[in-house]
Amino acid sequence: MNTNSGLQPKRDRRYLATWSTVFVLLVLSVVGALYYATLKVDYVWRWYRVPQYFFYQDNVEIKSEQQGEVARIETKGDQALVVVKGDDGTTQTYQVPAKGLRVDEGDAIYPGDVLGSYKQWKVGILLQGLWITLKVSMLSIVLGIILGLLTGLARLSHNPAFRWSAITYIEIIRGSPLLVQIFIWYFVVGTLINTILTKQNLPVVPPFWFGVASLTVFSGAYIAEIVRAGIQSIHAGQVEAARSLGMTSAQAMRHVVLPQALRRIMPPLAGQFISLIKDSSLLGIIAIRELTKATREVVTTSLQPFELWFICAVLYLILTFSLSMVVQYMERRTVLT
Amino acid sequence: MIEVKNISKTFTVPQVVRALRNVSYRVDKGEVVVIIGPSGSGKSTFLRCLNRLEYADEGHILIDGVDVLDPKTDINAVRTEVGMVFQSFNLFPHKTVLENVTLAQTVVRRRSRKDAEDKAHALLTKVGISDKAGVYPSQLSGGQQQRVAIARALAMDPKVMLFDEPTSALDPEMVGEVLDVMKTLAKDGMTMVVVSHEMGFAREVADRVVFMDEGAIVEDGTPEQVFDHPENPRTQAFLSQIL
Repeated sequence: MNTNSGLQPKRDRRYLATWSTVFVLLVLSVVGALYYATLKVDYVWRWYRVPQYFFYQDNVEIKSEQQGEVARIETKGDQALVVVKGDDGTTQTYQVPAKGLRVDEGDAIYPGDVLGSYKQWKVGILLQGLWITLKVSMLSIVLGIILGLLTGLARLSHNPAFRWSAITYIEIIRGSPLLVQIFIWYFVVGTLINTILTKQNLPVVPPFWFGVASLTVFSGAYIAEIVRAGIQSIHAGQVEAARSLGMTSAQAMRHVVLPQALRRIMPPLAGQFISLIKDSSLLGIIAIRELTKATREVVTTSLQPFELWFICAVLYLILTFSLSMVVQYMERRTVLT
Repeated sequence: MIEVKNISKTFTVPQVVRALRNVSYRVDKGEVVVIIGPSGSGKSTFLRCLNRLEYADEGHILIDGVDVLDPKTDINAVRTEVGMVFQSFNLFPHKTVLENVTLAQTVVRRRSRKDAEDKAHALLTKVGISDKAGVYPSQLSGGQQQRVAIARALAMDPKVMLFDEPTSALDPEMVGEVLDVMKTLAKDGMTMVVVSHEMGFAREVADRVVFMDEGAIVEDGTPEQVFDHPENPRTQAFLSQIL
């Protein structure tokens, strides 16, 4: 989008055709070069192996729990009821899909023997990882907005306690690496909290929540600065008009300044949320099995790193792209007609 | 109605400016006072001190007997009684015309939505833009926006209206419609303090005209006295430049 297309000379159709061709050629040559390089190192692409990490068929076996023999088998539709008469005289009934039946009447049975089996679709590890990434990101975004909004307001407060708390928080968080913060949350704060909880005979907090906390606190600091900039960008006349009507400063903030500021900071907020989704890839180091850690695990077992890391990147792209679409939609909906 | 006793105001940021120097004045109920003067003379600061948008450094300002400068005064209660209209309108761009007029009624005056909207429609009719209730301020001309701003201030049932150069940001052909609304208000007996460069309006409507220069009231009298027989040489110089 040109901000001022009036400054540009008129372009003809050939100009557009030429340069779009150049663009397509550039993309193709990068992809081609990469493919050529993989051929050079004899990498064998096995894309067909990828889908199983999204969904796979699991073989579920139904096993006998006692010793004895199969007294009788009753077939009801596609289900079969296997009645096992134990040596001690008791009987047990197992339901098995008729197709997967593996025993006949009169068979001797020992504990752990497979009576039958069936196949079941299960969610693969990559999708599970994607779900964790989505969950941790969404939670952190929502909590981060709340924290950022409060901190942003505190940052602009005249009360020194509020203002200096906000400044200290923002500066510490923005000045230290996220990776270090995650370590502190898990190995320092986490250890403290969980040790105390254990001593009180209470259940411990799982790593997931320390991941959420670290991302929330991290993004809250950046969101606070975005919120502050948004509030300061609203013309002073707006507050004066609201105050001259008798509104308190809180009422003016809530009804006049914030609605306008939030609309204005939508694009930078979207950028922050996208960063947060990407930053969640660091949480693998504290044993949260999000998308990146899931991919790493799959790579170790499958030995197909090229396909899987591309898939991993694409999955992140899907998340971030849909998020920016949602924000763009909201932006368009709230823009004044 | 308004009693100003010896107020001073000095701005220190960005540089030290003595905007008001020991100003005293008195506006009675139903009076229309127009303040004129060169730019930087302190007339806007004086007006903004009246509802404490600027905090005067010293002195006393009594609005209906309440001291605005007393820290114990509930300034929000005072401000609901003092309507203000700004040079740049300052309408709320994210709200429709109707919502602009109802917002403070519901939030500050705690009126029901219906009461507030009835009041808003009546006032929008009064200022002549009843057909624009549903649109956003950006869709209105400057003159229409300023009339909405007047309606918004009137919705609080103020006892005093302050106008800070209400027509200075308008295209010339729209000045008249805003001044007409103000004239109607004056006729209805509203107490008004107007900072303006509209000499015709001052002559026609004002009970008194005040000339300010360098943070002080230099001349004060009826329009005839000030415009036709100014006594102070600075007033004479100012008027000779603009008339």
